[in-house]
Amino acid sequence: MLSDKHTLRSAGQHGSPFARLLLREWQRVARQPLYWFAMVLAPLFCCLYFTTLMQQGLPESLPAGVVDEDGTSTSRNLVRNLDAFQMVSLERSYANVGEARRAMQRGEIYGFYLIPRGTASEAQRQRVPTLSFYTNYSYLVAGSLLYRDMRTMSELASGAAARSVLYARGATERQAMAYLQPVVIDMHPVGNPWLNYNVYLSNILIPGVLGLFVFMMTVYGLGTELKHRTAGAMMRRAGGSMGRALTAKLLVQGAVFVLTGTLIVLWLYGWLRFPCYGGLWRMACVMLLFIVACQGFGVLLFTLMPTLRLSLSGASLWGVISFSISGMSFPVMAMHPVLQGLAWLFPLRHYYMLYVNTALDGYPLLNAAPYLMALLAFTLLPALCLPRLRHIMLHTAYVP
Amino acid sequence: MKYGFLQKFDVGVFIFFILVPLLYPLLYAFIYTNEVVREVPVAVVDLSGTACSRDYLRRLDATPDVRIATHCTDMAEARRLVQAREVLGVVCVPHGFASGIARGEQVAVSAYADMSGMLYFKSILAANTNVSLAMNAEIKVQRAGGGTKEQQEVVRHPLTYDEVALFNPHAGFAVFLIPAVLVLVLQQTLVLGAGMEAGTMREENLHRRMQPVQRRRGGLWRLVAHQAGRYLLVYVPMSVYVLAVVPHLFRLPQLADPWQLGLFVFPFLLACAFFAITVSGLVRHRETGIVLVVFSSAPLLFVSGISWPGSAMPPVWEALSYLFPSTFGIRGFVAMNNMGAPLHDVMHAWLMLWVQTVIYALCAMAVTAWSVARSRRQAIKERTEARRRRLALMQ
Repeated sequence: MLSDKHTLRSAGQHGSPFARLLLREWQRVARQPLYWFAMVLAPLFCCLYFTTLMQQGLPESLPAGVVDEDGTSTSRNLVRNLDAFQMVSLERSYANVGEARRAMQRGEIYGFYLIPRGTASEAQRQRVPTLSFYTNYSYLVAGSLLYRDMRTMSELASGAAARSVLYARGATERQAMAYLQPVVIDMHPVGNPWLNYNVYLSNILIPGVLGLFVFMMTVYGLGTELKHRTAGAMMRRAGGSMGRALTAKLLVQGAVFVLTGTLIVLWLYGWLRFPCYGGLWRMACVMLLFIVACQGFGVLLFTLMPTLRLSLSGASLWGVISFSISGMSFPVMAMHPVLQGLAWLFPLRHYYMLYVNTALDGYPLLNAAPYLMALLAFTLLPALCLPRLRHIMLHTAYVP
Repeated sequence: MKYGFLQKFDVGVFIFFILVPLLYPLLYAFIYTNEVVREVPVAVVDLSGTACSRDYLRRLDATPDVRIATHCTDMAEARRLVQAREVLGVVCVPHGFASGIARGEQVAVSAYADMSGMLYFKSILAANTNVSLAMNAEIKVQRAGGGTKEQQEVVRHPLTYDEVALFNPHAGFAVFLIPAVLVLVLQQTLVLGAGMEAGTMREENLHRRMQPVQRRRGGLWRLVAHQAGRYLLVYVPMSVYVLAVVPHLFRLPQLADPWQLGLFVFPFLLACAFFAITVSGLVRHRETGIVLVVFSSAPLLFVSGISWPGSAMPPVWEALSYLFPSTFGIRGFVAMNNMGAPLHDVMHAWLMLWVQTVIYALCAMAVTAWSVARSRRQAIKERTEARRRRLALMQ
């Protein structure tokens, strides 16, 4: 526990009052390992963790299987054709659908082809044989990637027979392709042409974790003053000005957080070269604004719930829900209208929109003015909270 | 109550043990309840301006995935709309679309997708692919000319395929994510609550009250078992609510046999309880547990293999994931509940949970012994200190 007497002794009596206030805050932060864990260690760990976990970018050669019920040379030929496309590794084969399904349930494969009995004879009778493929959408990422590949493979396999006939008739490859696929889609994923999941997820997950810690530590910094009964001393040191005391507190914590945030920005856009068309420094500015906005929201949380336990619970709830409601995985436009409105109350939502605008699309910051304004509004929240916060700091006792 | 070391009713613990598991799953399910993205707004640039290109765009608009928000005259106009985020994609039909098809050439429709969300990309790609494949089939029949209906069918599709989305028929987001979140909520709230209890006991130096029990034969085990039993008392009914009632409320798949699922969940809860006691040894203050534990939810969700495929995971993180009951809990629960796997198909996860139970039970005993010893030392120190002060006063 930090006793104020101790702080006073080491801070000394020299320097301007505000500098001494800063020094006091710095000592509170520096002496408690928890602060370092939450402000530097854990966010940087998560940064490394997410970017290395998804370093493959787009998961490739997902395991899939084949159930060949037909067992003829035609069907084996078909399997060879499918396997030749190399998007999916079709190394496993199963005797029947039940077995393949069980392999799927065990998580060994994410999908399988079924070549039903009678495929060869149907083809010989000039009927249309049907191939089935099953993908496991319980794993959405793996399932949809596999679905796309398996569908392309089926299309290509379906054209393979016709193509060889066309080649035999003397058609060039261009003519053959024009006959088989008159209309093709030229898809341009703007900003992330590799469909890199690391870019798509890490860019928001890591700031999300950082924002969660900013919420929690802002609240923690204020709450522990009450808990350790040092609020009075802090107010005395600040000459009774809540504004000064709060500024010192937020400045010290904010500086460390901004340092961590800058390291994250450097890691993502400088080292890993994630797309950042708006320039590094502009993203660093967005990060800074996001951190200050989260601090502002943290102050509001504590003012509304001046019990450390409650406000910390509130901060964690808000921080964790941010991930979902920011719309990075599931778009906000598909959510319930109430949630679409609520999303405005989460700084991560605005950070996400600014990131898309600045880093991914490379538009000027002002293009996303509403989100910029929203973050600025969050940074002004503490000013509104000051009178109430002053009352809390002077008159509230810690309730465990 | 014989073992009531912490008898006060604690609102903080109540929040984590009761309130969060009760309400949090509902909130989460509410966020994802629409499951899929429909009608993503796109702008179209029709440079061809023919009946054929209009047919393409009409079909595109008719798909459930995208909605044509605006028709633009050129790409510059479309780009402005993208910048204003009025549309999330652009589809451009090229100049020689109809004439190219008529000449028997291959033509390419360009589609541009905003990559802020994978789901926008997926919708725009799926809609365009579906429309182009349907058109291709018709064009082929036209070119082949004549023939019976069967012959036409063979030309259209020499080989047809059925696509079956198993276990999550409309590829919904809630069906995929919520079950994992539910399992994770149980573990995280248990750890948070236990951490808060332990923090309070450490702040008030209450662990020494355990000492008389610990001294008896098997006392340490009795302490830990009693602690875990208390947690189970709350978490057995809570898990019925979280893992059975919530999925039922939001109509998520529930393919598991309830008894087998119960048999699977039991070692999960047990492992979580001992894990929670072990972790709570790290907690020095009432509130620090929250700071230490909450952030881990996101990494734990990713390492469970539910969103990022396990086959693409670096071995280091895979190894780390073995430390947490949630990894196996999520895998097993999703396999049983979403995919209808019987218990013997998730045997690996089930056995791993038992292994964790044993290991964490031992760790929990070590942690408890350590806490009691430390608490006792501190109490003795305080007492001698007080005596010295009293003596000093008397002299």
